Amino acid sequence: MSDCRRQWNREDELPVYLAGPISSGPNQRKSYGMFSSVEGAFDSKTIDFDSYAVGRKGSRTPRSRSRERILDSGDPVEKTPGDAREGSQTNSTGEIDGTGTGAEVQFAEEENLPGKDGRLLIKGGRVVNDDQSFYADVFIEDGLIMQVGENLVAPAGVKVIEANGRMIIPGGIDVNTCLMKPYLDTQPVDDFLQGTKAALAGGTTMIIDHVTPQPEGSLLEAFERWQEAADKKACCDYSLHVDIPKWNETVKDELEMLVQDKGVNSFQVFMAYNDLYQMTDSELYAALSFLKELGAVVLVHAENGDLVAKEQRKILGMGITGPEGHPLSHPEELEAEAVFRAITLGNRVNCPVYITKVMSKSAADTIAQARRKGSVVFGEPITASLATDGSHYWSKNWAKAAAYVTSPPLSPDPTTLDHLHTLLACGDLQVVGSSHCAYSTSQKAIGRDDFTLIPEGVNGVEERMGFVWDKAVAMGKMDENQFVAVTSTNAAKIFNLYPRKGRIAAGSDADIVIWDPDSVKTITAKLQQSAAEYNIFEGLECRGGPALVLSQGQIVYEGGKLQVQQGTGRFIPRKPFPDFAYQRVKFRNQVKNSQGVTRGMYDGPVYEVPSMPKYITPSPSAKTSPTSHQPPPIRNLHQSNFSLSGAQIDDNVPRRSGHRIVAPPGGRSNITSLG
Amino acid sequence: MFAPPTWPRFHLLLSHLSDKGFSQPLFFLLISSSSPIRSLVSSMSERRFCQEDDCSSLLSRLGSDSPRPRMKFGGMFCNVEGAFENKTLNFESFSPQTQRRRTAPTQTGGQDGGDAATGRTMVFPSGTTRESYGKREVQSAAGKEVLGDRLIIKGGKIVNDDQSFYADIYIEDGTVRQIGENLIIPPGVKTVDAYGQLVIPGGIDANTNLHVPQKGLNPADDFYQGTRAALCGGTTTIIDHVLVEPGVSLLSAFDQSRETAEQRACCDFSFHLDITRWHEGLYEELETLVKDQGVNSFLFFMAYKDKYQSSDSQLYEAFGVLRDLGAIAQVHAENGDIIDEEQKKLLSLGITGPEGHVLSHPEEVETEAVYRAITIAKQANCPLYITKVMSKSAADVIAKARKKGIVVYGEPITASLATDGSQYWSKDWATAAAFVMSPPINPDPSTPQYLTSLLACGDLQVTSSAQASFSTAQKAVGKDDFTLIPEGTNGIEERLSVVWDRAVSTGKMDENEFVAVTSTNAAKLFNIYPRKGRIAVGSDADIVIWNPKEMKTVSATTHNLTVEVNILEGLEFRGVPTVVISGGQVVVEDGKLSVTEGSGRFVPRKAFPDFVYRRIKARSKMAEARGVPRGNYDGPVHDVISMTKSVPPTPTTRGPTCPKIVTGPRNLHQSGFTLAGAQIDDHIPRRSTQRIVAPPGGRSNITSLS
Repeated sequence: MSDCRRQWNREDELPVYLAGPISSGPNQRKSYGMFSSVEGAFDSKTIDFDSYAVGRKGSRTPRSRSRERILDSGDPVEKTPGDAREGSQTNSTGEIDGTGTGAEVQFAEEENLPGKDGRLLIKGGRVVNDDQSFYADVFIEDGLIMQVGENLVAPAGVKVIEANGRMIIPGGIDVNTCLMKPYLDTQPVDDFLQGTKAALAGGTTMIIDHVTPQPEGSLLEAFERWQEAADKKACCDYSLHVDIPKWNETVKDELEMLVQDKGVNSFQVFMAYNDLYQMTDSELYAALSFLKELGAVVLVHAENGDLVAKEQRKILGMGITGPEGHPLSHPEELEAEAVFRAITLGNRVNCPVYITKVMSKSAADTIAQARRKGSVVFGEPITASLATDGSHYWSKNWAKAAAYVTSPPLSPDPTTLDHLHTLLACGDLQVVGSSHCAYSTSQKAIGRDDFTLIPEGVNGVEERMGFVWDKAVAMGKMDENQFVAVTSTNAAKIFNLYPRKGRIAAGSDADIVIWDPDSVKTITAKLQQSAAEYNIFEGLECRGGPALVLSQGQIVYEGGKLQVQQGTGRFIPRKPFPDFAYQRVKFRNQVKNSQGVTRGMYDGPVYEVPSMPKYITPSPSAKTSPTSHQPPPIRNLHQSNFSLSGAQIDDNVPRRSGHRIVAPPGGRSNITSLG
Repeated sequence: MFAPPTWPRFHLLLSHLSDKGFSQPLFFLLISSSSPIRSLVSSMSERRFCQEDDCSSLLSRLGSDSPRPRMKFGGMFCNVEGAFENKTLNFESFSPQTQRRRTAPTQTGGQDGGDAATGRTMVFPSGTTRESYGKREVQSAAGKEVLGDRLIIKGGKIVNDDQSFYADIYIEDGTVRQIGENLIIPPGVKTVDAYGQLVIPGGIDANTNLHVPQKGLNPADDFYQGTRAALCGGTTTIIDHVLVEPGVSLLSAFDQSRETAEQRACCDFSFHLDITRWHEGLYEELETLVKDQGVNSFLFFMAYKDKYQSSDSQLYEAFGVLRDLGAIAQVHAENGDIIDEEQKKLLSLGITGPEGHVLSHPEEVETEAVYRAITIAKQANCPLYITKVMSKSAADVIAKARKKGIVVYGEPITASLATDGSQYWSKDWATAAAFVMSPPINPDPSTPQYLTSLLACGDLQVTSSAQASFSTAQKAVGKDDFTLIPEGTNGIEERLSVVWDRAVSTGKMDENEFVAVTSTNAAKLFNIYPRKGRIAVGSDADIVIWNPKEMKTVSATTHNLTVEVNILEGLEFRGVPTVVISGGQVVVEDGKLSVTEGSGRFVPRKAFPDFVYRRIKARSKMAEARGVPRGNYDGPVHDVISMTKSVPPTPTTRGPTCPKIVTGPRNLHQSGFTLAGAQIDDHIPRRSTQRIVAPPGGRSNITSLS
């Protein structure tokens, strides 16, 4: 052990471990004894962090810089833990009372914190990563995990958190939130502040939000607007996906800029929202091809927009205007169909495809089957599809029914959630998102006479981790490592945040959750952090929840009390070409070069087409006419008035007279007779 | 060695010529029983093959011949008492009857001409097998005058899709009149001896393109050549496609095709219409076609971008219309958008040969479109027929959809059942180009077997040929660019033999199933059952006597088409038709074809085929969605400012992004503003009442938690 510890301090050793984290995939899970971690198992978790971060020279400097930026923006509050507790945005008292949660905070010595900036020791917990679990202490300094090991001795003045054998897991990553998605002129009631507060209260320490630009608008501008808002308000680290509302040439430049300079490596395209965001298959093909070259992950909102529009018209025509019209006009088949199409496109382009919001069994099965055939596709069920079903659309209470409206809709089939959990447990689905996009009832009521106008979105950022634990781990479907994988690690890998996020290892960010598997809570809108009046999980009981949440090394949630600082969240840039998605793609690119057959020139008779331009114009291949490859003038020289006379092999073809038979003088070798 | 020119000369009888000018009334004409011209047939039947000696040994093997004998009852010749009595059908009630054309067949060449003999497909591997061929004989009864239109088929085993039994068949006036043993028949009837062989309903080829021009090129085999080949292969009815170019009237295209076919076709025919550009205005024409012209199936393209391709919205609309009319929707299922991109990519890589065709039409693209088509059809509650199932995964999608209860049918074709696409990489351009068709023949060599298995278990229902043959010279239009190669392969002639060889003789399928997939299912789907697709009293006398043991080798030198390359060249198939009777006339016999150009009749098809539409009708009744009766929502409503530019075109609409708090002054500014004229969201009726605030009397509890 002391050997290990010595190594931590020698930074020059770090390159040795470079190979480690990538090769230790989720498949290498081994079972060690309860209390015996494999010797040296965790020193390979030391990561040369600098090689991962985007656009930063070292891991420390940018972080302090980002804090300074916040300070510059007018927030006078010091970011020391003591001060943070008294920050204006806290909704609890500064005093931490850990009774009942099992995790106590003590101080190694009776000394005050200031000066010892952000040093913390979590003792006696069981570290659960996606590949293994082991007992270890975790030492945190400066928002980073400095050491993971047994029997760490805390220096003087370090705060000690006693985990009492509970699980220490990497903080959750919610890859799908819409905290600023505009609808008409309104915005979700949960903005970056409310949303991230809710996230932290549920054990999620990072979100990736969707930037939704206007169809004519600039992606860059929208991105900057989002970043600005989030920098001001977010309480946890965040990153941004950018939605592509329309495919055209100008978008390409912006995309390139976003990937190269802004640290965005994921973009969403829409197959739904006819006449608004929807792209045709050709556009999707072009978009996927382009994004693949950039090394980005393509998120797909998969629903057949054409048919949805038709169905909506039909349902409205039948006089159904309530929220039940929403699931009726978005049947499960349309989702499954679009998923299938998206995967097909992805395969053709050889581009990784990430399906957001897997809501139905058939869509999930489609993904599972495609993965079995080797497609690089990822599926993301969301809290709502994992915890409830769509029967509430038929609720007599309009407000309740409307609260469930999201696209694709929740499947009315009550067995859906069980099925999705099963696929999640076996790895056919990879990531759990929330698609948190909370509108108030009065906002939803915009569509009270027409369900197509109801703003779409459900809550779920806070309940996400809890329900996965409750419905999968507590039911014995999933183990704790897989739990960490689907709530955090897989997302980090797909979006290239790993191992900075999604893992408890030396060098990673100190986004840590102490998980209490025994806590039971009943979800209700009264106790939630979200500002929406309705919680779609109202009344559901949920086992498992965070006892303590650390974000950037700061305790932000403990014992049911949240203490956060507005604007502490940092933007986490992400590099393109995430290994998890692109390694296979790169190899396939090399293999996939199709080659033509080298044959001699065909020199047999050629039927003369009477009206060449007439049919060639509408032909799809007109733009790439063969002229670019086989310049016809050369051939045309040979196409003189030569004609064959006498009995020919094709004399029985009735249209002989109509043929202009052409053969080059001198005659080619009879290449046409080769087998 | 090469045969002398086989372009047939037509020896038309005067009677025939006069008949051609005869305009046909369409429906429900009674069959007149006037005696036809028979003189010619009598000369034909003079030739006899008397080799009865090994008849019995052949018969004794026959019972065990079919891989899964279905017969439970007794001996060879003792069928269940009365089993075929109930095959008598009240025929008038089923299908529209066209007047019979009464023309005596013209022999093409006969003994001396040698046309038929050289043009035939049958190649005997050795001299010994030829002996077994002589089992069937045609003789005139006791040397009396033979009545040309009356036939008796003796001693064969009748195979329908539901059962097989031994019985004789008496045919008169082109219809089956009696089935049974010891039939009482008038003297002097021609006897066709079918001892030891199977008597099956003539094949129905539900997908041919004998008159569909591609890129300005007419197929090398037109109605005459094509139907000749069909008859030689045991197919007695074809359903041809009429491609309606965008902007052309459906009716005129149909009339034109029908006229051509009536002049040229040698076997009965019917038509599918290919609709290349869907719009609402087609409704009336469709209605006329379905109700008056006897067309009940329409094809849509999901491929051929910018040319024929229909969008999902168009398909949905069209399917809805077809469902209301009682027609069947067919799709050519391939994702045209992706193909287009792939073609561009491949051409830019410098791949211009036929292998580019298969590379640009990958299997997935077919599968995706099949999946999408099924989804659309399911939404529209319209029966769907997928033409040309070429790959395993596409077939799987169909099979799965059927398991979920969707009314969808799949049609593998001769080419996909018999061969694979490895020839696209042939060094010989002409060979490679001959395989070009869409969707392409799959390069996976296990595809034929797989499709055969699905066919045997009923997951796929119909076999057809997708016959569309272009000569090498025509294919060579695309010699420098594979996208210009006209698409189509042959297969009309080999279809039945391929299915028998690949499915029945390998033991995957029984003979009844064979009849189902080659004939009966197609007849049921397209509503010509039981007139076609069954041997029963009252059905058309389209009958094939099938020899399951004989082999034949396919070759372009011996087939009946005009194309130079046969994609099945050199393959050997077990099972051949020995006698083919079309419309009561013996057209193929002893390997000789004797047909009359223009003897084929148009077979009109009624709407709402039971086989397909019974389920659809029931679902239409059940599918009524109902709203939830609720009290009016009377809670607060967020006030939406209607900006001029952000009139919501569709559900989720963009608005100004900057958050705005709605206040009084804002409304003052908005007050003078009205939306005048037609708006994109006019279908949303309640836009004006949207701005609702909470009523003064407080809110009722309708919004409270339930």
